[in-house]
Formats: sequence, structure tokens, C-alpha cells
Amino acid sequence: MADLRINLAGIESPNPFWLASAPPTNSGHQVQRAFEAGWGGAVWKTLGEPIMNVTSRFAALHYGGQRVLGFNNIELITDRPLEENLKEMEETKRLYPKHTLIASLMVEHKREAWHEIVKQVEAIGVDGLELNFGCPHGMAERGMGSAVGQHPDLIRQQVEWVKEVAQTPVIVKLTPNITDIRFTARAASQGGADAISMINTINSLIGVDLDSWLPIPHVDGKGAHGGYCGPAVKPIALNMVAECARDPQVGIPISGIGGISTWQDAVEFLLMGASGVQVCTAAMHHGFRIVEDMIDGLNNYLDQRGIPSVMDIVGKAVHTYSDWGNLNLNYKIVARIHEETCINCNKCHIACEDTSHQCIDIVTDEMTGKERLVVREEDCVGCNLCSIVCPVEGTIEMVEIPTEQPPLTWNQRQAALAAGGSCEIKSE
Amino acid sequence: MSVPLDETKTIDALQANFTEVVPSLKPKEAMDEANRCLFCYDAPCIKACPTSIDIPSFIKKIATGNLLGSAKTIMDANPVGASCARVCPTEELCEGACVLNHASKPIMIGLLQRHATDWAIKNQAALFQPGKSNGKRVAVVGGGPAGLSAARELARLGYAVTVYESKGKAGGLNTYGIVSFRLPQEISLWEVEQVKALGVEFRTNTTVGVDVQPEEILEQHDSILLAVGMGAVPQLGIEGEDLSGVLDAISLVEETKTKPLTGQMIGKKVVVIGAGNTAIDGATTSRRLGAEQVQILYRRTEKEMTCYQFEYEFAKQDGVEFRWLVAPTRILGENGRVTGLELIRMELGEPDGKGRRKPVQVPDSQFVIEVDFVVKAIGQTRHLPLIEAFGLQHQNGIVAIEEGTYRTSHPQVFAAGDVIFGGGKTDAMVVDAANHGVRAAHAIHTALSDLTQPV
Repeated sequence: MADLRINLAGIESPNPFWLASAPPTNSGHQVQRAFEAGWGGAVWKTLGEPIMNVTSRFAALHYGGQRVLGFNNIELITDRPLEENLKEMEETKRLYPKHTLIASLMVEHKREAWHEIVKQVEAIGVDGLELNFGCPHGMAERGMGSAVGQHPDLIRQQVEWVKEVAQTPVIVKLTPNITDIRFTARAASQGGADAISMINTINSLIGVDLDSWLPIPHVDGKGAHGGYCGPAVKPIALNMVAECARDPQVGIPISGIGGISTWQDAVEFLLMGASGVQVCTAAMHHGFRIVEDMIDGLNNYLDQRGIPSVMDIVGKAVHTYSDWGNLNLNYKIVARIHEETCINCNKCHIACEDTSHQCIDIVTDEMTGKERLVVREEDCVGCNLCSIVCPVEGTIEMVEIPTEQPPLTWNQRQAALAAGGSCEIKSE
Repeated sequence: MSVPLDETKTIDALQANFTEVVPSLKPKEAMDEANRCLFCYDAPCIKACPTSIDIPSFIKKIATGNLLGSAKTIMDANPVGASCARVCPTEELCEGACVLNHASKPIMIGLLQRHATDWAIKNQAALFQPGKSNGKRVAVVGGGPAGLSAARELARLGYAVTVYESKGKAGGLNTYGIVSFRLPQEISLWEVEQVKALGVEFRTNTTVGVDVQPEEILEQHDSILLAVGMGAVPQLGIEGEDLSGVLDAISLVEETKTKPLTGQMIGKKVVVIGAGNTAIDGATTSRRLGAEQVQILYRRTEKEMTCYQFEYEFAKQDGVEFRWLVAPTRILGENGRVTGLELIRMELGEPDGKGRRKPVQVPDSQFVIEVDFVVKAIGQTRHLPLIEAFGLQHQNGIVAIEEGTYRTSHPQVFAAGDVIFGGGKTDAMVVDAANHGVRAAHAIHTALSDLTQPV
């Protein structure tokens, strides 16, 4: 049994799986059920001046028979009085002292307002604070949420205000609705944040009803952009986590959020620099019980590799994430098709033929009349498309082809050219 | 699955035995299954379909909710695609060729085809338009799968088409010859309606050679397609064949599709002679009509049976018994009614021309069994008089055609369907007949569009 405990900027948790601040963490009843199910922590649904919600408020992207590939909502922060939330939070912490309870906060752009709410939530014994600078709808129009998260100066200032009074670690939750998240992450860090969490939801319109011509979801005939999340946003979130993790100017721990549905997703975020993960959509789709496999799968993964603690993998892949200019231009791979498992659906052939480099031939065996697929390796650019479309896992393998040339990156090539171009340059 | 049969069944209750046995896919099932299709390129399922339906495309269209497009894709390639969705031996054709046979399990192509065509039936979708009139006339003799398919194509190409059909309704085998629990009549009749909607004239209850003469048709049309299919079940050629209670399987099936069911078989003993797909139909129909015991008698063994494996399994599940290596020698009767059947034991001798071991009688091995009905299913006769009335070259009733053009020895006459099948080359399947019909229509079009070509 591996040690699954994490420490995120001083916040300790029995396992890396937290419920993100969202509908699943709206009440004591829910969070207590989640802790019973095994979740290591929960970020309570954002506290602030209680708001009014609309109906309907959720929508989902289904694709190819799979439901909830993506999810979108126009729900706002808590709609319940602060006192009620605080009472339930206190009770929950009392009942589950070893579980991590974080308060998500959002108040107007006023120093006193931040001071007041921080004191109130810390008084009931939360383990940390998460400042919600990410919510893209409704609150942003009131100058909160992503309206703050899009301005490094505002982030820095509000984090400073919070840090003036906070006794517990402060996590800053960032919005992905910006051009380069490193700038807002750096601002949070400069403001004194102990950690950052990302990503909040992405501006989105899930769809348009083909019959009524109304946006989905609509509220009495009108729709508004919502926050996108779920499996579809995972690659976006993972990139943002990795970019922040490898940026020395950010330099603080990260809580990973965005489409995490399985233990594998969690491992990827941990490897790319997250010290823990937060989950919402997967729980909304399947209920709290999914955490059982997340914990079990993560534990088995670590045990099978002889890794004693989950913290040992945090950030272990960050150094492999770089810029395009640092990639080796002389590295070559080609597709190789394993005939034993090929089912001759010819999807690789047509993908390559129509949309890539026309290097997979359908060859008819003269003896048997049977067709087989053959890669002309000299023409293969190693783009991966064939192995991506192949429905039988492992049938198309991308294999490394040793080349004569030594490794050479674009940056090295340009530098060499600038210096007189004496070194051997492989022309593309 | 089959409804439990017992003697207490009333005639009304028998009706339930004739509702379709294979359930439709539920909408979600169809969607799940459609999404499982890989959308292969140059897909083997298309190659395995005699009518070359673009199967991956019609399945993709189901997956996107484009059921109109899906039904069009199917029916465009195969004008009797709704019937074929039910009667094709899919495991030997499209589903047998599915690449997923090697990876998981094949796509349920037949049921998906049925899902799409059922949608078209239910929504009364108009799938095709008649072509701009080209002023030419074509007669189609026989309104079965081949004739119907040809008529549909010709109408789309702008021909004025008249279908001569001896029965009261068109559709041929699909309308009259396939048991209702596999293919309800309304499916076939919808396909007929689709063709009618293109302006094709159907002269039903009109037997060519009797009600109208070949010469007359030849005179009135630029071309003729002979698609008359097969005739009645031949005589066994044994004593007692004229007794009441001797039926042929095709008529038996036809009666269940055209007349109210009778209770005449309730609790009775039935034997079926033959072991092809028609014999299976005769046997399962008898069981579903309430027969207490139904035995299929075959002079060879299980190995030589010509029925599809799934039909064999289906018959067994319906409680049909099989007796190998026996042949009828005499039908016994009292007061003009069948009471028994004399059988002789057989054994397999030397292989015949096709390599099948020839059954030979075991001397002095006769025995008698008690039966109430004898159902004959030993093949079908061919429409020799009609073929000869048109003056067509043929071999044992199989009309000779020019390779690839469907043109007979008479330059104005083309032929398609069962009338050109034979010689053991292929199974006579509905889907093959449909394919012939479509191809023959295009051959006629080619011929009529370019009359300068020597005939």
C-alpha cells in the first residue's frame, strides 16, 4: 500500500483526490457523503454574497454515443446564507477532522470584504482558502471571478489583502480565459499565494437546439456563455498546469483541475507538476463512488512501480515539457503495422491517403488474394495519424529509426547558422 | 423465441405465433451499435453484399440521427432492402465479412438496416423520384424481388414501366413465400408501394401466357424483363399424393400470409419432406399452426442439408424433429385423407456429380409412421411454358443470358432473378435477385440508349 497522503503548500490530505468547488460541495450533507466515499478533501462551493440562480443551468456535450464528453454550466457561487454554510462546514470538519476542507471565497474588490470573510471561515477551522478568480459567468459581470482572474494586477492586490490576515495557506484559482496563464500565475505568486489551482471553466456554448434554434441551455428563450469542463478540457488544463510548473517565476505548488475522471488522469497531472487534483464533472456524471477506483488505481500504479509515496511522482515529467525550438529535428519514427492483429479496416490507409503523407499501401497478396497494409517507411513522416485512427490498440506501432545525424534542435540550428553555418545541417 | 405450443391453443392464440420473432433494435441499442461501427474504408461488408449497399455510410447516418439518409442509402442500392434486412443470411454475407469478427463481435448490420428502413416505413418517407420520361416503355414480367428492383430502377431512369404479376399483390416471395414471423407482409408491400409511387403500373392478377400473350407485350414495349421466379413444388411421384392432407410448403406459407389461420393442424402429426430453407419454413409454420409433432424427413444426413445453420437451429428451438436417411415411398390414407406414410431407410453411396454422396435405398427397410399431414418441400418447378412462349434458350428451365448483360436469346427480352439462377452456382437469395434486377435494369437502359449497337 503506497502512501497516498499529500502536502500541498502545507495543506495535508489523506489522498490527492479533492472535490472541486462546485455543485457537489454545496452542503454539509454532500461533503460528508463524499468523505464517507473516500474523497481526501473538498473545496466548499464558493462562499460570498449569496446569489440567485437560473434554470436551466447545465448542459453537456455528447459524442459518438458517449455521454458528457464536455459539460457546461451557468450556475453561480453559493445561493445559501454564509452563516448556514459556515455552520455546516464547522460540523463537517468536526465529524471528519482528518479530511481536508478548503473554503472557496469570492467577494467584491474591497480589502475589508476579503479580511472579513477570511476571518469568518478560518474561525470555523478550515484547512485552507481558495480564492475564486475563475468563474467566467455572472460573477465576472459584477467584477468578480474571472474578471479579476484576467488582470494580474487585481490578482496580486487581492491576494495581498488576503495574506494580510490569513492564517491558513492560500490557493489562487485561475481562469483559463486568458492568453497566457503564466502571467496570472506569476501575479498570484508575487502577491504571496501559497499555491495556485487550475483551471476554472472555459467560456463555452455547448450547442444550439436544431428545432427551437435556441442556445443550449436556454433560460426562457435566451442563453449565455457558460463554463466548460469535463474530459474535453483535460488537455487544456494539463498544458496550463505544465506551463506553470516549469515556470521558475511561478514557483509555487499547483492543485490540478480540469477533466480529471480517472486515476490515470490524476497521475498525468501529478507528473506534470500538480501536488493534488480536484474533480467535479466526473463526480457529477457518476456520483461520489468513482473515487474508489481513483484511489485503488493510483495505489496499484504506485505499488506496481515500487514507488512508496504519491508525492514522489509530483512534477517528475515537468522537465520533459519544453518549447518546440528545443525538439530534436533529427529524431525519426515510422509506423509499423502488426499484421497478426490488423483487422483490415483500412482506416489507417485512408487517413494517410486523404489527410497525411500517402505512405500506407493496400497490397494484395498474389498467392492468397488477401489484402494487407504496408507502410512505405521511406515516405512515412512519423505523424502518428495511422496509429491514432487504428481501432485495435497496439496494432500500429511507431518505432524509432536510428539516424546518422546527431541530435539537433531548431534553436541549435539557428544558432549554428548565425555563427556561420559550419555544422552539419539537415535540410528539411 | 417461439411461443409455447400446446393443444389448448385456440386459432386466435395461434396468431401470436406469426408475429415477427426477431425483435427490432430499441433506439438506444441501434445508436450504441451504430457507434460501434468502425466506418471502414473499402469495407469488406460492402463487398460481401450482393447489392453492394454502402453499409458503413448507412450505419454512420444512423449514428448521426440521419435516418432518412440512411434508409435512402440502403434502398438506393437494394430496392427490397427492408425485406433483406430480415431475410438475408447476414452471418454469411455482410456480418460474416465484418472486420470486427477478428476484434470483438461483428456489427448487427441486418438489424441496423431494419432499424433504418423501419423508420422510413413508419414515417412514410418518400425516398426516390421518378426520372424524366424518356418516352420508352419496358414490361417487367413478375413482380418479385428481381422484377420489383428492375422496375424501380427503370422508373428512376425515366422509363414507363408495366409490371405483370399473376398474383393479387406484387412482391413475390417476399409478399407470399416467407413466413410472417420472419417477414411480415406489410414490409414487402411497402417496398411495392415505393415502386408504385414512381409511377410504375402494376397489372396484378395477370398471368402472362394466359391473360395476356407474350407477343402482345413484345409489341407494346421496347424491352421486356422476364423475372418470373420459380413455380410450384414438384410432385413426389409416389402413391397417395392426391390425398387430402398432402400440402406443399410454399402454399402452406402463403395461406398463413393471405388467409385467416385455420385450426386444422392443432394437435396433429405433420411430416415435411426435404431439408432446405423452404422445408424449415414448412415445418416451423406447422408447429406454429399448432401441430403436436413435426418431423423433417431427409434422405441424406445433417451434413448435406441445404438450409442455413440459423434456420436449422431455429427449427430445433421450435420443437421440429429431424429424421435423417429416410425417403417416402407411399402416402397412406383412409376416406381420401392422409393417415400414414410409408418410409424406406437410406444410406449414403458414391458421391454424385456435385460431390454429394448419393442416397441409396436400404433393401426391405420399409416402415410406416402415422401422420395427418405431409408437407412437400423438395424444390420448385420452373416456368417452362412461359420461357418457351417467349422462345428463349434455356437449360432445364434456366434461361440462358449473355454474360453481364442479362440479355436472353431474344434481343428484346432480358431475364433476372430465379429464372436465371441455377446449376448450383449460388444460393437463390432475395438479395441476389434484387441485385440482378437492378443490374438488368441498367443493362436494358444501356441497350435502349444505344440502339445502334448490334444486338
